[in-house]
Amino acid sequence: MIAEIGLAALWLAAALAALQLLAGFAGARAADGKAELAALARPAATLQAVLCAVAFLALLYVFAITDLSVRLVAVNSHSMKPFIFKLSGAWGNHEGSMLLWVTVMAMAGGLIALIERRLPERTMMATLCAQAFVGLGFYAFLLLSSNPFERLAEVPAEGNGLNPLLQDIGLAFHPPTLYIGYVGLSVAFSFAVAALLTRNVTPEFARVMRPWVLGAWIFLTIGITAGSYWAYYELGWGGWWFWDPVENASLMPWLAATALLHSVSVLAARDALRTWTIMLGVIAFSMSMLGTFLVRSGILTSVHAFAVDPERGSFILALLALYIGGALVIFALRAHTISEGERFNLVSREGALVVNNIGLSAILGIVLLGTLYPLLTEAFDVRVSVGPPYFNPVSAIFFLPMMVVLMVGPLLRWRRDEFSRIIKPVALVAAIVITVLIRVAIVNDISILSMLGLAFAAGLAVASFAPLFKRALHRTPLAIWGMCIAHFGIAVALFGMAADTAFQQERLVATSVGDVVEVGPWTGRLDSVKAVAGPNWTAMQANMLLSYNGGPELEAHPQSRNFWTPQMETSEVALLTRWNGQLYVAVGNQAEDGRWQLRLWWKPFVTFIWYGGLLIALGGGLALVGRVVGDLRRRRQAAEGFDDEDLDDASETVPTA
Amino acid sequence: MRQLRITLWIIVVLAAGLFGLFAYQLTQPKDDSVRSAMIGEPLPQFDLEPAFEGRPGLASTDFANGEPQLLNLFGSWCIPCRVEAPQLEALERAGATIHAIALRDQPQDVARFLEIYGNPFTRIGRDDISEIQFALGASGVPETFVIDGSGRIAYQHIGVITERDVPILLQELQRAGSGS
Repeated sequence: MIAEIGLAALWLAAALAALQLLAGFAGARAADGKAELAALARPAATLQAVLCAVAFLALLYVFAITDLSVRLVAVNSHSMKPFIFKLSGAWGNHEGSMLLWVTVMAMAGGLIALIERRLPERTMMATLCAQAFVGLGFYAFLLLSSNPFERLAEVPAEGNGLNPLLQDIGLAFHPPTLYIGYVGLSVAFSFAVAALLTRNVTPEFARVMRPWVLGAWIFLTIGITAGSYWAYYELGWGGWWFWDPVENASLMPWLAATALLHSVSVLAARDALRTWTIMLGVIAFSMSMLGTFLVRSGILTSVHAFAVDPERGSFILALLALYIGGALVIFALRAHTISEGERFNLVSREGALVVNNIGLSAILGIVLLGTLYPLLTEAFDVRVSVGPPYFNPVSAIFFLPMMVVLMVGPLLRWRRDEFSRIIKPVALVAAIVITVLIRVAIVNDISILSMLGLAFAAGLAVASFAPLFKRALHRTPLAIWGMCIAHFGIAVALFGMAADTAFQQERLVATSVGDVVEVGPWTGRLDSVKAVAGPNWTAMQANMLLSYNGGPELEAHPQSRNFWTPQMETSEVALLTRWNGQLYVAVGNQAEDGRWQLRLWWKPFVTFIWYGGLLIALGGGLALVGRVVGDLRRRRQAAEGFDDEDLDDASETVPTA
Repeated sequence: MRQLRITLWIIVVLAAGLFGLFAYQLTQPKDDSVRSAMIGEPLPQFDLEPAFEGRPGLASTDFANGEPQLLNLFGSWCIPCRVEAPQLEALERAGATIHAIALRDQPQDVARFLEIYGNPFTRIGRDDISEIQFALGASGVPETFVIDGSGRIAYQHIGVITERDVPILLQELQRAGSGS
């Protein structure tokens, strides 16, 4: 019954999306955006959000009670699974995750319909129309080829269980946050297309679009950070980024969204970069859809093979061609109607942001090419694998200059500036970078990229707070704090990456109980190995006693787990976290002579990578709050007839140093 | 502006090309296995001790007797190897000579495995450190190679031999025989 309610709600929501499409279209056609039918667009969007929420709750419910008559539950769940993983199992599969996608999208659409009143009504109607058009495609996909509520004729006695790698708290958060990010970009996409169609690319439009881009970007940042940490501790390889096609699929929308975030700020504050911002709005969501396609179709070989389903690939491809192709054609037809925005000098805040945008776009192109290259050569029967030897140095070509701009750019004024004005802080930062570089080059024998990484991280850590210099801190807008913290987060993450790459130490040993192992500053002893059991697994657990530089002994319990539904062996690593790094211990199989395989890594400052990611997201969060509060205040002042144009954005300029 | 429009149309065309590539690749059968680079090459030189008492050991020279033969890589610890055992026996009944290499195994385990699942093998060598497995370019266990009469690797079968694969392997054996 509950499953049928869910399905009915989904069909109704799809019907409402069709209504919203027609109503939005009628509204966009009318000169003032007001047509009889158009009045239905907003309620249709709002109600759709409610219905999708009902459908998603219904799916959660059938997973929670393990209703095995629902095919999806029988295939992906098991009555013995811990409760939290029963729930997360609802989206740990194709159908459920697409329902999550559609739900988030409907929620976003409903939210715009409910609260967004700043745009001209015609643009607003075109936005809702575009949003419904994109939504309809995904409803069709869900209902026609991926029905999550399908019943089984015969109810099995027990379910198949969930892939053990996914039975992890990381999975409970990683996909939903990424999806919110992906789908949030669909809103930016709809805004961009609507602005194109109604020829309304204005700073006001940018201000409306900005919180959505910012919000989507925050969730993408958290999603990627969480995904990276999950792969790090769950896969047991000790790496945090593998340039896997599916990882790249999440990185590409992030790169586009980061570029969009900065260009939309330029449009909002200075009315420049109009065409470029619209283009990025289209590209960002295109990358989300491309990512979904790559993950779902299994067209590329990836560690994320559990998500693969080749038959559905063609459906998503059709959607992809329709939306991306359609948007690009509209763009090509309409781009000349967008008049050129305000001009600016190269040495200005805008100039720095343009360099940042070019760098991000170039890295996006590099990642896109590297990800799709195997697909291209396979068409000619040549099998290649593109990995870190390509991605690392080639993206560094653009990443490192961007770091330099990142240190200097925020100090520049809008429109026109002189380097001589900011020479003091720039000299200070340059001195820090060079000092660290020389220090590292003399003392350590590490790769040039790691050296530059450490030096730039140090420089950027200081430079990121330079915009606060000589400012009245209590009067500094939240958005500025957000920017500083996000940039500082990049420095922190970069430091973690460079330090881990340069200084990590690895030991692979076969040990008997009582043997002593050393790795970096750690000394460890294998105390015992014993069998332990969980709700749906058994494991061999190694009990180790480890001490850092002769300090107190700490316990670590890495496991080699055997799940029985479905049968699979996984490695549960043990992590000992200190402020200056992490010890990573994985236990492997027992060798013939009775010794145990142990893998130990000492990873200095590796945790900084994810702290950095979280700081970046926190910075985004502060900026979002600052922007929304600022917008609300401006709207109230406008209502009171108090005209203070660009109150918030004008205050962004840096005081004379 | 004109320049911008041309650029944009180029992007549209590129995107269309990309979608075409995707569509083409979706229709292609997907093969994630790693093929050996040794196909068409002579066998690497090896001379292996017997894996257990019941059969003689295996050397690369055993394959240069003019007749095409099969070389199976297995392990008593390998569960898919149990699944393919009946098909190996069927191949033997069909007249194929099958040699094997037992990987990372103990004589008593090999003996017990062959007792339970049958022994279609003429010679079985032991490879304790997967040395020959790597030299053959095998990516896992089980794998089966067709070696022609001159000791050249003619064909590689990755994974379990299913009933469907038996006629394919017999055909490959025949082809290797007529080719040399």
